[in-house]
Amino acid sequence: MIECTVTIRNKTGLHTRPAATLVKTAARYKADFFIRKNAVEINGKSIIGVMTLAAEEGSTLDLRFEGPDESEAAQAIVDLFERGFEEH
Amino acid sequence: MNEDHTTEGEVILKGVAAAPGISTGPAYLYTKQVPQIQAKTITPGETAFEIERLRNAVARSQKELTKILTFAEQKLGSESAKIFEAQVMILGDTILLSTIEKRIADEMKNAESVVVDEISKYRRLMLAAPDEYMHERAHDLDDVMNRIVRNIQDQKLVSRLEGEYVIVSESLTPADTVIFSRNQVLGYATDFGGTTSHAAILSRSLKIPAVVGLRSATRVLRTGDSVAIDGYSGLLIIRPSEDTLQSLERKERRLREFEERLTELIDLAAETKDHRTIELSANIEFPDEVDFARSQGSVGIGLYRTESGLMRQGQYPSEDEQYECYRTVAERIYPHPVIFRTFDVGGDKVMPDAYEEANPFLGWRGIRVLLDRPELFLTQLRAILRASVRKNVRVMFPMVATLQEVLAAKAYMQRAMEELKTLGVPFDASLKMGVMVEVPSAAIMAEQIAAEVDFLSIGTNDLIQYTLAVDRDNDAVAPLYQQFNPAVLRTIKMTIDAGHRRKVWVGMCGEMAGDPVATMLLVGLGLDEFSMIPTTLPEIKKIIRSIRLRDAKRVAEKALTMTTPEEIKSYLSSVLKGCIPEIPLES
Repeated sequence: MIECTVTIRNKTGLHTRPAATLVKTAARYKADFFIRKNAVEINGKSIIGVMTLAAEEGSTLDLRFEGPDESEAAQAIVDLFERGFEEH
Repeated sequence: MNEDHTTEGEVILKGVAAAPGISTGPAYLYTKQVPQIQAKTITPGETAFEIERLRNAVARSQKELTKILTFAEQKLGSESAKIFEAQVMILGDTILLSTIEKRIADEMKNAESVVVDEISKYRRLMLAAPDEYMHERAHDLDDVMNRIVRNIQDQKLVSRLEGEYVIVSESLTPADTVIFSRNQVLGYATDFGGTTSHAAILSRSLKIPAVVGLRSATRVLRTGDSVAIDGYSGLLIIRPSEDTLQSLERKERRLREFEERLTELIDLAAETKDHRTIELSANIEFPDEVDFARSQGSVGIGLYRTESGLMRQGQYPSEDEQYECYRTVAERIYPHPVIFRTFDVGGDKVMPDAYEEANPFLGWRGIRVLLDRPELFLTQLRAILRASVRKNVRVMFPMVATLQEVLAAKAYMQRAMEELKTLGVPFDASLKMGVMVEVPSAAIMAEQIAAEVDFLSIGTNDLIQYTLAVDRDNDAVAPLYQQFNPAVLRTIKMTIDAGHRRKVWVGMCGEMAGDPVATMLLVGLGLDEFSMIPTTLPEIKKIIRSIRLRDAKRVAEKALTMTTPEEIKSYLSSVLKGCIPEIPLES
């Protein structure tokens, strides 16, 4: 299991489009992927869950990956957050 | 629920006219159907069947939504259709669906009860969030949930109506408006909502009469009651009498004939009989409205509300998203100009930053927000500049109260230009800048402000509210909101004169610009440009083409000698009737 913390850098937060990008990226890996914000944990492969997080710029999320390709999955997802979902 | 339902006599409900037109017919009371759910325990042998029901329902829901999307794209353009994006994505959420399937098998419950239970969990979380954006998304969840459940229960889509109806509802979502319009809808009447709600805007594009803000329509009406909807005057008449029907019929015929004759004017210039040309342009908020505005005879776009279309997702759009939108509008209106008004948030307008104010109309709004948020402001200015390469783009700043704000805004524009220059990105270096005059202090300082910019545009809605200290949405004082108040006339005159002394043109983009009663007065005061909702353009053009500047000046002078709004309004109405006897005026 890999656990890490990320901060949302893109201005618009995890709204519809970045949420879709996140879910699509996560779906490429076998590893389970969960996101926790405050007391709520949701499945990171579910768009309805990611939308529900209402994660804005500056919010901190705890990520958890579990599965055979967990390190690759973590790498790809963290990278996405760091690049601010390629929004400029 | 329907305790106020009346059964006898004509009842007139007054609301707000949202889309023009008159029609009569039976009402269809559309209540958001929350399907009846019964939680049932199933046997292990039934799980496969239950999961099959779920899968079929999801597939049917996807098909329905795809149809709505296609239809919306055809009728409204792809930009407007984007509002259905979130729902499409939720229906394709495989984790959500497999969770539901697993729960059906594990808990041995029927499909619909698990669907409701599972989606409601997310819905509760969204409703608990503080911002409006999440509440909107919760409505998307409702729609998706109800759609799936209805399909599980094999019920028909309610939007398929047999016959023609006036749809009466508490409120309508854009999806409702679009779906219903596949039928022969006679009109839309809602208890809530304003003229700028998405549903109202869509009704106008779909050319279906609409009245919003009726407050009690769903309580006093039942499906099948005969009604007449008057989208010109904002009335819903229940059980209209023979007399009412006849007079509405006459009104409709008169207006339709008048409108038909107006279409002949669309390609002609807005020029008075003594050859004073007035610029007529349109107020819009979506790129897809450009074609409609052109078809109504507008030359350019006098007010593009950048916040409305882009901010619907509840957050500020990125520079590229903005650029795409501005570029599309600029290209579609080319070679004519478009004036982009920078984000005008605050007051009654949505703002992604949740910020509670005791007095929002006197608070953090318009240019004040932009100057406090340099990054936001610069992002928008860069996006507008990037869209200006064909030199038909102008920019205008809202809610300016002081000269300092104008200077500060210009400095940011300078900075945005330098940033783009450094990056080697092309833009129009001579881009024209203007200021909206909607705060009395800006009208008082109009000459000094005009010396700094290329044009002024009078925003009458706010200017009247601030000049008279009247909130027109407050029923207790709404009658005091008088656009023909002598103080308002003087403020307008002062602004136009000040602009002309500094050799800049002065336009108007408030509702008054589209009011036929005001046209002669405004032409007489020397207004150079009128910008209004597209549907009113032909009528205003007709008036301009029927008058002489010389006479208009005399009318304006005389109106300025009068001391009460009633006197001024009745004088202007009678002069207009004298020029164009067939003009349909509201009493």
